[in-house]
Amino acid sequence: MRHLMNPLDFSVEELDKLFDLANRMEADPARYAHACEGKKLATCFYEPSTRTRLSFEAAMLNLGGQVLGFSDAASSSASKGESVSDTIRVISCYADICAMRHPKEGAPMVAAERSGIPVINAGDGGHQHPTQTLTDLLTIRSLKGRLGGFTIGLCGDLKFGRTVHSLINALIRYSDIRFIFISPPELKVPDYITDMLTEKDIAYEEVIRLEDCMPDLDLLYMTRVQRERFFNEEDYVRLKDFYILDKAKLSAAKDDLLVLHPLPRVNEISVEVDDDPRAVYFKQAKYGVYVRMALILTLLGIEE
Amino acid sequence: MLNVGKIEEGFVLDHIEAGKSLDIYHHLKLDKLDCTVAIIKNARSNKMGKKDILKVECDINTLDLDILAFIDHNITVNVIKDGDIVDKKILVLPREIHNVIKCRNPRCITSIEQGLPHIFVLADEEKEIYRCKYCEEKAGNSSAW
Repeated sequence: MRHLMNPLDFSVEELDKLFDLANRMEADPARYAHACEGKKLATCFYEPSTRTRLSFEAAMLNLGGQVLGFSDAASSSASKGESVSDTIRVISCYADICAMRHPKEGAPMVAAERSGIPVINAGDGGHQHPTQTLTDLLTIRSLKGRLGGFTIGLCGDLKFGRTVHSLINALIRYSDIRFIFISPPELKVPDYITDMLTEKDIAYEEVIRLEDCMPDLDLLYMTRVQRERFFNEEDYVRLKDFYILDKAKLSAAKDDLLVLHPLPRVNEISVEVDDDPRAVYFKQAKYGVYVRMALILTLLGIEE
Repeated sequence: MLNVGKIEEGFVLDHIEAGKSLDIYHHLKLDKLDCTVAIIKNARSNKMGKKDILKVECDINTLDLDILAFIDHNITVNVIKDGDIVDKKILVLPREIHNVIKCRNPRCITSIEQGLPHIFVLADEEKEIYRCKYCEEKAGNSSAW
Protein backbone atom coordinates (compact mmCIF):
# COMPACT_ATOMS: atom_id res chain seq x y z
CA MET A 1 0.00 0.00 0.00
CA ARG A 2 1.35 3.42 -0.96
CA HIS A 3 1.05 6.68 0.90
CA LEU A 4 2.22 10.18 0.03
CA MET A 5 4.22 11.91 2.74
CA ASN A 6 6.84 13.84 0.79
CA PRO A 7 6.90 15.14 -2.79
CA LEU A 8 9.99 13.02 -3.37
CA ASP A 9 8.19 9.77 -2.47
CA PHE A 10 7.39 9.35 -6.17
CA SER A 11 10.17 8.90 -8.73
CA VAL A 12 10.35 11.20 -11.75
CA GLU A 13 8.89 8.40 -13.88
CA GLU A 14 6.02 7.84 -11.43
CA LEU A 15 5.32 11.57 -11.41
CA ASP A 16 5.24 11.59 -15.22
CA LYS A 17 2.58 8.88 -15.13
CA LEU A 18 0.61 10.77 -12.47
CA PHE A 19 0.75 14.03 -14.45
CA ASP A 20 -0.23 12.24 -17.68
CA LEU A 21 -3.26 10.86 -15.86
CA ALA A 22 -4.10 14.32 -14.47
CA ASN A 23 -3.91 15.77 -18.00
CA ARG A 24 -6.21 13.04 -19.32
CA MET A 25 -8.66 13.89 -16.52
CA GLU A 26 -8.48 17.55 -17.50
CA ALA A 27 -9.16 16.72 -21.16
CA ASP A 28 -12.01 14.28 -20.54
CA PRO A 29 -13.48 14.66 -17.04
CA ALA A 30 -16.63 12.70 -17.92
CA ARG A 31 -14.56 9.56 -18.46
CA TYR A 32 -13.52 9.61 -14.80
CA ALA A 33 -16.80 10.78 -13.28
CA HIS A 34 -17.58 7.33 -11.84
CA ALA A 35 -14.04 6.03 -11.34
CA CYS A 36 -14.32 6.09 -7.54
CA GLU A 37 -17.97 5.19 -7.17
CA GLY A 38 -18.53 3.42 -3.85
CA LYS A 39 -15.24 4.76 -2.43
CA LYS A 40 -14.93 7.22 0.44
CA LEU A 41 -12.28 9.83 1.17
CA ALA A 42 -11.80 10.88 4.81
CA THR A 43 -10.48 14.42 5.20
CA CYS A 44 -8.95 14.55 8.68
CA PHE A 45 -8.01 18.17 9.18
CA TYR A 46 -6.69 18.88 12.68
CA GLU A 47 -6.26 22.53 11.74
CA PRO A 48 -8.37 24.60 9.37
CA SER A 49 -7.29 24.79 5.74
CA THR A 50 -10.37 25.40 3.71
CA ARG A 51 -8.64 25.56 0.35
CA THR A 52 -6.74 22.28 0.61
CA ARG A 53 -9.68 20.44 2.14
CA LEU A 54 -12.12 21.64 -0.50
CA SER A 55 -9.64 20.76 -3.24
CA PHE A 56 -9.42 17.17 -1.92
CA GLU A 57 -13.18 16.95 -1.55
CA ALA A 58 -13.78 18.35 -5.04
CA ALA A 59 -11.29 15.81 -6.41
CA MET A 60 -13.11 12.87 -4.81
CA LEU A 61 -16.55 14.17 -5.83
CA ASN A 62 -15.31 14.62 -9.42
CA LEU A 63 -14.38 10.95 -9.38
CA GLY A 64 -17.86 9.92 -8.21
CA GLY A 65 -16.71 9.07 -4.69
CA GLN A 66 -17.95 10.38 -1.37
CA VAL A 67 -16.29 12.36 1.41
CA LEU A 68 -16.47 12.47 5.17
CA GLY A 69 -14.25 14.03 7.80
CA PHE A 70 -13.63 16.89 10.15
CA SER A 71 -12.18 20.33 9.57
CA ASP A 72 -10.53 21.22 12.86
CA ALA A 73 -9.24 19.41 15.93
CA ALA A 74 -12.02 20.81 18.15
CA SER A 75 -14.64 18.85 16.25
CA SER A 76 -12.63 15.62 16.31
CA SER A 77 -11.84 13.07 18.99
CA ALA A 78 -8.39 14.68 19.28
CA SER A 79 -10.09 17.22 21.57
CA LYS A 80 -10.81 14.28 23.91
CA GLY A 81 -7.15 13.30 23.82
CA GLU A 82 -7.25 10.53 21.21
CA SER A 83 -3.91 9.79 19.56
CA VAL A 84 -3.33 9.99 15.81
CA SER A 85 -2.59 6.25 15.81
CA ASP A 86 -5.98 5.40 17.31
CA THR A 87 -7.85 7.87 15.11
CA ILE A 88 -6.45 6.45 11.87
CA ARG A 89 -7.20 2.88 12.94
CA VAL A 90 -10.83 3.89 13.38
CA ILE A 91 -10.94 5.99 10.19
CA SER A 92 -9.55 2.95 8.31
CA CYS A 93 -12.82 1.19 9.19
CA TYR A 94 -14.92 3.99 7.69
CA ALA A 95 -13.10 5.15 4.55
CA ASP A 96 -10.94 3.89 1.69
CA ILE A 97 -8.35 6.70 1.65
CA CYS A 98 -7.45 9.55 3.99
CA ALA A 99 -6.07 13.07 3.50
CA MET A 100 -4.63 14.35 6.77
CA ARG A 101 -3.56 17.84 7.80
CA HIS A 102 -2.05 18.23 11.25
CA PRO A 103 -0.16 21.04 13.00
CA LYS A 104 2.43 18.57 14.33
CA GLU A 105 5.22 17.62 11.94
CA GLY A 106 5.26 13.93 11.09
CA ALA A 107 1.68 13.24 12.23
CA PRO A 108 0.58 11.92 8.80
CA MET A 109 3.59 9.57 8.82
CA VAL A 110 2.50 8.17 12.18
CA ALA A 111 -0.95 7.69 10.66
CA ALA A 112 0.51 5.96 7.58
CA GLU A 113 2.43 3.53 9.80
CA ARG A 114 -0.73 2.46 11.62
CA SER A 115 -3.24 2.81 8.81
CA GLY A 116 -5.12 0.17 6.87
CA ILE A 117 -5.79 2.64 4.03
CA PRO A 118 -3.57 4.98 1.96
CA VAL A 119 -2.78 8.26 3.72
CA ILE A 120 -1.99 11.52 1.94
CA ASN A 121 -0.12 14.20 3.83
CA ALA A 122 -2.21 17.33 3.31
CA GLY A 123 0.28 19.48 5.24
CA ASP A 124 2.07 18.83 8.54
CA GLY A 125 3.05 22.09 10.25
CA GLY A 126 6.03 23.72 8.60
CA HIS A 127 7.32 20.39 7.37
CA GLN A 128 5.80 19.08 4.11
CA HIS A 129 2.84 19.82 1.87
CA PRO A 130 3.42 17.41 -1.02
CA THR A 131 0.17 17.94 -2.91
CA GLN A 132 1.01 21.66 -3.21
CA THR A 133 4.34 20.73 -4.80
CA LEU A 134 2.65 18.25 -7.14
CA THR A 135 0.18 20.99 -8.05
CA ASP A 136 3.03 23.37 -8.88
CA LEU A 137 4.82 20.76 -10.98
CA LEU A 138 1.66 19.80 -12.89
CA THR A 139 0.90 23.46 -13.57
CA ILE A 140 4.38 24.13 -14.94
CA ARG A 141 4.44 20.92 -16.97
CA SER A 142 0.97 21.49 -18.43
CA LEU A 143 1.44 25.15 -19.32
CA LYS A 144 5.14 25.13 -20.28
CA GLY A 145 5.05 21.68 -21.82
CA ARG A 146 8.10 20.54 -19.87
CA LEU A 147 9.75 20.32 -16.47
CA GLY A 148 13.27 21.59 -17.01
CA GLY A 149 15.11 23.91 -19.34
CA PHE A 150 13.96 27.16 -17.73
CA THR A 151 14.87 29.96 -15.35
CA ILE A 152 12.59 30.20 -12.36
CA GLY A 153 12.44 33.16 -10.00
CA LEU A 154 11.22 32.46 -6.47
CA CYS A 155 10.15 35.63 -4.74
CA GLY A 156 9.17 36.66 -1.22
CA ASP A 157 9.62 34.67 1.95
CA LEU A 158 12.27 32.16 0.95
CA LYS A 159 13.40 31.56 4.51
CA PHE A 160 10.24 30.16 6.07
CA GLY A 161 8.36 29.29 2.88
CA ARG A 162 7.75 25.55 3.01
CA THR A 163 6.25 25.45 -0.49
CA VAL A 164 9.36 27.09 -1.94
CA HIS A 165 11.77 24.63 -0.28
CA SER A 166 9.70 21.65 -1.45
CA LEU A 167 9.47 23.01 -4.99
CA ILE A 168 13.24 23.53 -5.19
CA ASN A 169 13.84 19.96 -3.97
CA ALA A 170 11.38 18.62 -6.53
CA LEU A 171 12.74 20.69 -9.44
CA ILE A 172 16.39 19.77 -8.98
CA ARG A 173 15.53 16.28 -10.25
CA TYR A 174 14.99 17.82 -13.70
CA SER A 175 17.74 19.09 -15.96
CA ASP A 176 18.86 22.56 -16.98
CA ILE A 177 17.05 24.63 -14.36
CA ARG A 178 18.41 27.95 -13.16
CA PHE A 179 17.08 29.41 -9.93
CA ILE A 180 16.91 33.09 -9.08
CA PHE A 181 16.07 33.76 -5.44
CA ILE A 182 14.46 37.16 -4.93
CA SER A 183 14.12 38.14 -1.28
CA PRO A 184 15.11 40.71 1.30
CA PRO A 185 18.27 39.63 3.21
CA GLU A 186 16.15 38.76 6.26
CA LEU A 187 14.11 36.22 4.30
CA LYS A 188 16.76 34.70 2.07
CA VAL A 189 16.76 31.03 1.22
CA PRO A 190 18.47 28.90 3.93
CA ASP A 191 22.14 28.03 3.50
CA TYR A 192 21.47 24.31 3.38
CA ILE A 193 19.58 24.83 0.11
CA THR A 194 22.22 27.00 -1.55
CA ASP A 195 24.93 24.59 -0.29
CA MET A 196 23.03 21.70 -1.85
CA LEU A 197 22.68 23.56 -5.18
CA THR A 198 26.41 24.35 -5.19
CA GLU A 199 27.23 20.72 -4.41
CA LYS A 200 25.04 19.55 -7.30
CA ASP A 201 26.41 22.23 -9.62
CA ILE A 202 23.00 23.78 -10.20
CA ALA A 203 22.99 27.43 -11.23
CA TYR A 204 21.42 29.96 -8.87
CA GLU A 205 21.56 33.67 -8.11
CA GLU A 206 20.35 35.69 -5.17
CA VAL A 207 18.96 39.15 -5.83
CA ILE A 208 17.05 41.69 -3.78
CA ARG A 209 15.13 43.58 -6.46
CA LEU A 210 12.52 41.83 -8.59
CA GLU A 211 13.16 44.33 -11.40
CA ASP A 212 16.78 43.14 -11.69
CA CYS A 213 15.86 39.72 -12.99
CA MET A 214 12.38 40.07 -14.49
CA PRO A 215 13.48 39.92 -18.19
CA ASP A 216 15.40 36.65 -17.53
CA LEU A 217 12.51 34.68 -16.03
CA ASP A 218 10.47 31.92 -17.64
CA LEU A 219 8.59 31.32 -14.39
CA LEU A 220 7.95 33.54 -11.40
CA TYR A 221 6.78 31.86 -8.18
CA MET A 222 5.44 34.46 -5.76
CA THR A 223 4.89 33.75 -2.07
CA ARG A 224 3.18 35.48 0.80
CA VAL A 225 5.09 36.78 3.81
CA GLN A 226 3.25 35.03 6.63
CA ARG A 227 2.55 36.89 9.84
CA GLU A 228 2.68 33.71 11.94
CA ARG A 229 6.37 33.16 11.06
CA PHE A 230 7.50 36.34 12.82
CA PHE A 231 8.21 36.86 16.47
CA ASN A 232 7.56 40.57 16.36
CA GLU A 233 4.97 42.55 14.49
CA GLU A 234 7.45 45.28 13.53
CA ASP A 235 9.53 42.92 11.34
CA TYR A 236 6.41 41.55 9.71
CA VAL A 237 5.04 45.00 8.87
CA ARG A 238 8.43 46.10 7.51
CA LEU A 239 8.80 43.08 5.22
CA LYS A 240 5.26 42.24 4.16
CA ASP A 241 5.12 44.85 1.42
CA PHE A 242 8.69 44.37 0.22
CA TYR A 243 7.52 42.83 -3.05
CA ILE A 244 4.36 43.73 -4.83
CA LEU A 245 4.03 42.48 -8.36
CA ASP A 246 2.19 45.00 -10.48
CA LYS A 247 1.68 45.75 -14.17
CA ALA A 248 4.68 48.06 -14.33
CA LYS A 249 7.08 45.36 -13.10
CA LEU A 250 5.47 42.74 -15.31
CA SER A 251 5.94 44.91 -18.40
CA ALA A 252 9.65 44.00 -18.41
CA ALA A 253 8.91 40.25 -18.42
CA LYS A 254 8.89 37.78 -21.30
CA ASP A 255 5.62 37.25 -23.15
CA ASP A 256 5.53 33.60 -22.17
CA LEU A 257 6.38 34.10 -18.48
CA LEU A 258 4.13 32.21 -16.05
CA VAL A 259 3.32 33.78 -12.68
CA LEU A 260 2.47 31.19 -10.03
CA HIS A 261 1.40 31.58 -6.42
CA PRO A 262 0.33 28.86 -3.94
CA LEU A 263 -2.47 31.17 -2.68
CA PRO A 264 -3.96 32.66 -0.62
CA ARG A 265 -2.66 35.98 -1.86
CA VAL A 266 -2.77 39.05 0.34
CA ASN A 267 -1.32 42.02 -1.54
CA GLU A 268 1.92 40.67 -3.02
CA ILE A 269 0.31 40.45 -6.44
CA SER A 270 -1.71 43.48 -7.37
CA VAL A 271 -5.21 42.56 -8.58
CA GLU A 272 -4.52 44.45 -11.82
CA VAL A 273 -2.21 41.58 -12.77
CA ASP A 274 -5.02 39.00 -12.57
CA ASP A 275 -6.24 39.67 -16.12
CA ASP A 276 -2.78 39.28 -17.63
CA PRO A 277 -2.60 35.94 -19.49
CA ARG A 278 0.74 35.28 -17.78
CA ALA A 279 -0.97 35.18 -14.35
CA VAL A 280 -1.82 31.49 -13.92
CA TYR A 281 -2.38 31.19 -10.16
CA PHE A 282 -6.09 30.53 -10.51
CA LYS A 283 -5.42 27.88 -13.16
CA GLN A 284 -2.92 26.47 -10.66
CA ALA A 285 -5.79 25.96 -8.18
CA LYS A 286 -7.63 24.01 -10.89
CA TYR A 287 -4.57 21.84 -11.51
CA GLY A 288 -4.54 21.21 -7.75
CA VAL A 289 -7.85 19.38 -8.14
CA TYR A 290 -6.66 17.36 -11.15
CA VAL A 291 -3.45 16.27 -9.45
CA ARG A 292 -5.39 15.21 -6.35
CA MET A 293 -7.83 13.28 -8.54
CA ALA A 294 -4.93 11.48 -10.20
CA LEU A 295 -3.33 10.84 -6.83
CA ILE A 296 -6.49 9.39 -5.29
CA LEU A 297 -7.01 7.07 -8.24
CA THR A 298 -3.36 5.99 -8.21
CA LEU A 299 -3.17 5.34 -4.46
CA LEU A 300 -6.45 3.42 -4.54
CA GLY A 301 -4.95 1.28 -7.30
CA ILE A 302 -7.96 1.81 -9.55
CA GLU A 303 -7.28 0.98 -13.18
CA GLU A 304 -8.56 3.41 -15.76
CA MET B 1 47.04 0.94 40.56
CA LEU B 2 43.62 -0.71 40.50
CA ASN B 3 43.52 -4.24 39.16
CA VAL B 4 40.45 -5.68 37.51
CA GLY B 5 40.68 -9.32 36.57
CA LYS B 6 40.56 -10.44 32.97
CA ILE B 7 37.39 -11.84 31.45
CA GLU B 8 36.93 -15.15 29.65
CA GLU B 9 34.29 -14.12 27.12
CA GLY B 10 32.78 -10.75 26.34
CA PHE B 11 33.88 -7.26 25.44
CA VAL B 12 36.35 -4.68 26.63
CA LEU B 13 35.30 -1.23 25.53
CA ASP B 14 38.38 0.94 25.70
CA HIS B 15 39.11 4.60 25.02
CA ILE B 16 35.72 5.78 26.23
CA GLU B 17 35.72 9.52 26.85
CA ALA B 18 36.18 10.05 30.61
CA GLY B 19 32.80 10.24 32.34
CA LYS B 20 30.81 8.61 29.53
CA SER B 21 30.97 4.99 30.72
CA LEU B 22 27.72 5.14 32.71
CA ASP B 23 25.85 6.58 29.70
CA ILE B 24 27.11 3.68 27.63
CA TYR B 25 26.19 1.23 30.40
CA HIS B 26 22.60 2.48 30.10
CA HIS B 27 22.52 2.70 26.28
CA LEU B 28 23.69 -0.91 26.01
CA LYS B 29 21.05 -1.82 28.61
CA LEU B 30 23.67 -3.62 30.68
CA ASP B 31 21.53 -3.06 33.74
CA LYS B 32 19.07 -5.55 32.23
CA LEU B 33 21.68 -8.28 31.75
CA ASP B 34 22.69 -10.76 34.38
CA CYS B 35 26.41 -10.58 33.75
CA THR B 36 29.58 -9.24 35.30
CA VAL B 37 30.37 -5.66 34.38
CA ALA B 38 33.37 -3.64 35.48
CA ILE B 39 33.18 0.12 35.06
CA ILE B 40 36.54 1.80 35.28
CA LYS B 41 36.38 5.57 35.41
CA ASN B 42 39.15 8.08 34.88
CA ALA B 43 41.85 5.53 34.07
CA ARG B 44 45.20 6.98 33.01
CA SER B 45 45.69 7.08 29.25
CA ASN B 46 48.69 8.17 27.20
CA LYS B 47 46.43 8.97 24.26
CA MET B 48 43.56 10.66 26.06
CA GLY B 49 44.92 11.75 29.43
CA LYS B 50 41.94 10.19 31.18
CA LYS B 51 39.54 7.59 29.84
CA ASP B 52 36.82 5.19 30.93
CA ILE B 53 36.81 1.44 30.29
CA LEU B 54 33.94 -1.03 30.40
CA LYS B 55 34.49 -4.76 30.75
CA VAL B 56 31.47 -6.92 30.09
CA GLU B 57 31.51 -10.67 30.66
CA CYS B 58 28.82 -12.09 28.38
CA ASP B 59 28.09 -14.15 25.29
CA ILE B 60 29.54 -12.05 22.45
CA ASN B 61 26.33 -12.40 20.44
CA THR B 62 24.11 -10.85 23.07
CA LEU B 63 25.07 -7.19 22.66
CA ASP B 64 24.15 -4.85 19.82
CA LEU B 65 27.14 -2.56 19.70
CA ASP B 66 26.10 -0.46 16.70
CA ILE B 67 24.77 2.20 19.00
CA LEU B 68 28.35 2.80 20.19
CA ALA B 69 29.23 4.17 16.78
CA PHE B 70 26.54 6.79 17.22
CA ILE B 71 27.68 7.73 20.72
CA ASP B 72 31.42 7.80 20.01
CA HIS B 73 33.09 6.00 17.15
CA ASN B 74 36.53 6.41 18.74
CA ILE B 75 35.72 3.69 21.27
CA THR B 76 37.84 0.58 20.78
CA VAL B 77 35.84 -2.63 21.01
CA ASN B 78 37.91 -5.67 21.89
CA VAL B 79 36.14 -9.01 21.54
CA ILE B 80 37.34 -11.54 24.09
CA LYS B 81 37.10 -15.32 23.82
CA ASP B 82 38.86 -17.81 26.08
CA GLY B 83 40.58 -14.93 27.81
CA ASP B 84 42.20 -13.55 24.64
CA ILE B 85 41.41 -10.69 22.26
CA VAL B 86 40.10 -12.45 19.14
CA ASP B 87 38.78 -9.43 17.26
CA LYS B 88 38.68 -5.66 17.27
CA LYS B 89 35.24 -4.68 16.13
CA ILE B 90 34.86 -1.88 13.59
CA LEU B 91 31.96 0.31 14.61
CA VAL B 92 29.39 0.99 11.90
CA LEU B 93 26.90 3.81 12.18
CA PRO B 94 23.44 2.28 12.64
CA ARG B 95 20.83 3.06 9.95
CA GLU B 96 18.24 3.82 12.64
CA ILE B 97 18.41 4.42 16.35
CA HIS B 98 15.39 3.92 18.57
CA ASN B 99 14.81 5.77 21.84
CA VAL B 100 18.44 6.74 22.28
CA ILE B 101 17.94 10.44 21.73
CA LYS B 102 14.82 12.55 21.94
CA CYS B 103 13.53 14.79 19.21
CA ARG B 104 13.81 18.33 20.53
CA ASN B 105 11.49 19.87 17.97
CA PRO B 106 8.43 21.02 19.94
CA ARG B 107 6.39 20.91 16.73
CA CYS B 108 7.20 17.21 16.17
CA ILE B 109 4.44 14.64 16.61
CA THR B 110 6.73 12.74 19.02
CA SER B 111 6.10 15.56 21.52
CA ILE B 112 2.44 14.58 21.95
CA GLU B 113 1.75 11.11 20.56
CA GLN B 114 1.71 8.56 23.36
CA GLY B 115 3.80 5.44 22.96
CA LEU B 116 5.57 6.70 19.84
CA PRO B 117 9.28 5.76 19.78
CA HIS B 118 11.84 8.45 19.05
CA ILE B 119 13.47 7.16 15.87
CA PHE B 120 16.40 8.83 14.18
CA VAL B 121 17.52 7.83 10.70
CA LEU B 122 21.05 8.18 9.32
CA ALA B 123 20.61 10.91 6.72
CA ASP B 124 24.25 11.60 5.82
CA GLU B 125 26.81 8.93 6.60
CA GLU B 126 29.80 11.08 5.71
CA LYS B 127 28.78 13.94 7.97
CA GLU B 128 27.26 11.55 10.55
CA ILE B 129 23.95 13.38 10.50
CA TYR B 130 20.86 11.75 11.92
CA ARG B 131 17.37 13.16 11.41
CA CYS B 132 14.11 12.49 13.21
CA LYS B 133 12.10 10.01 11.16
CA TYR B 134 8.94 12.08 11.59
CA CYS B 135 9.90 15.77 11.39
CA GLU B 136 13.44 15.46 9.91
CA GLU B 137 14.92 17.63 12.69
CA LYS B 138 18.67 17.20 12.79
CA ALA B 139 20.04 15.42 15.86
CA GLY B 140 23.20 16.14 17.79
CA ASN B 141 24.77 13.50 20.02
CA SER B 142 24.13 15.74 22.98
CA SER B 143 20.34 15.39 23.01
CA ALA B 144 20.52 12.09 24.89
CA TRP B 145 17.41 10.33 26.17
